[in-house]
Amino acid sequence: MSWLWIVLAIVGVLLLVAIWIYNRLVALRNRVDNGWSQIDVQLRRRYDLIPNLVSTVQGYATHERELFEHVTEARARAIDTTAVTDQAQAEDRITQGVRQLLAVAENYPDLKANENFLSLQEELTGTESKIAYARQFYNDQVARLNTLIGSFPSSLIAGTFGFREREFFNIEDPVRGPTTVEFPG
Amino acid sequence: MYEQIAANRRKTIVLIAGAIVLLGAVGYVLGLLYASGPVGVVGAVALATVMSVGSYFAGDKLVLASTRARPVTLEEQPRLHNIVEGLSIAAGIPKPKIYVVPEAALNAFATGRNPEHASVAVTEGLLGSLNRVELEGVIGHELAHVVDRDILVGTVVATLVGAIVLISEFFMRSWWWGGVRGRRGSDRSGGGAEAIIFAIGLVLLILAPIIGQVIRLAVSRQREFLADAQGAMLTRYPPGLAAALRKIAAGASVPMHSANNATAHLWLNQPSRVQGEGMGTLEKLFSTHPPIEERIRRLEEM
Repeated sequence: MSWLWIVLAIVGVLLLVAIWIYNRLVALRNRVDNGWSQIDVQLRRRYDLIPNLVSTVQGYATHERELFEHVTEARARAIDTTAVTDQAQAEDRITQGVRQLLAVAENYPDLKANENFLSLQEELTGTESKIAYARQFYNDQVARLNTLIGSFPSSLIAGTFGFREREFFNIEDPVRGPTTVEFPG
Repeated sequence: MYEQIAANRRKTIVLIAGAIVLLGAVGYVLGLLYASGPVGVVGAVALATVMSVGSYFAGDKLVLASTRARPVTLEEQPRLHNIVEGLSIAAGIPKPKIYVVPEAALNAFATGRNPEHASVAVTEGLLGSLNRVELEGVIGHELAHVVDRDILVGTVVATLVGAIVLISEFFMRSWWWGGVRGRRGSDRSGGGAEAIIFAIGLVLLILAPIIGQVIRLAVSRQREFLADAQGAMLTRYPPGLAAALRKIAAGASVPMHSANNATAHLWLNQPSRVQGEGMGTLEKLFSTHPPIEERIRRLEEM
């Protein structure tokens, strides 16, 4: 009789642990999805801002045509791609292009004083860092999910219920640090 | 960085456990003296809890009102809004409400009982003199307080210490009016050991409120270090906050009008302290914040 109770107690504890792991997996998967949609929101915001920036800068800096084309093309390509790694690369090119566009303004005092440009500059700088932070959150959550899926005994639960490891959103270029272009504002 | 965060968490737990032990000891002594059992302790804990729950729910509004903080819109402060929103994304919390305090001194604070009811306030002076990277460091620190639910931690500690203070107040008063039953009992039996226990208990009751305050302040200092480390984790750039703290230390002679003792622990930097001077051990023990130089040093080590 006492054996039965011991077995039942062990099964009960194992079941509780399994439920806890399962809930944790679900929570992390939701956070990864949420993180991804955050990145998406910010990337879209940037797609919307780029044509504005290009047309504003164009009015003042007429001989930077190559740069305008480069940025516009990078934007079109980023919108088209769907794979995580391709998109990360395309976004990387946009980031560089936008940074160059903003840096170009340094040579045109009239542009720098343009109110429209100044608010675009703050919007883009803010969006750039939100993209970086959204990516950071997403990658953190992916790392936690992948660790849980990869380690024992949670790997058993993950395997049974079909939780799959997710891909990191990687961009090599560090966004902040000593190389950051500072825009006073 | 991760080690600092783990060590800070451990210290908070140890300190809170210490406060609980102290409360238990005070209650035990009281029970011994009055032969009344746990009634006094339960009463004191209940009263302190009621007071703390009140401050937990209404505290943010009181604090914001007492500092004359004013909500700002995205149009007024696009940079501040963008930074707060970005770091909230990084921390995985909803964007808190944003306030500006009309003060020239450089300071900031966060309040609100949970991430869904959080507010972040910065002074006008801070907005005017920090660049984007430094401001990100400061906001990262404040959002770390929100993520860590430091208002809750503070409330728990304040409740424990409040109960201790209540108990020893109660004891002191009743002793003053000569109502200690246990004492008469020990006189009758005339036992030396009981007299010693009574003396120790008396000392404990007198010292308990002071020890309780020291624990409360130690928890506050640990939470500041923790928020520094976690804020740096959010921005991934510890020198940003370090640079901000250096500017704050340099400008600390600007007086803060809206800060008082009741809100001192909330601010990014302790408003009342004279900067630059070395701190004595006693001053360190009774400060809500660690010395700013020490905080900068730890950030630089990350």
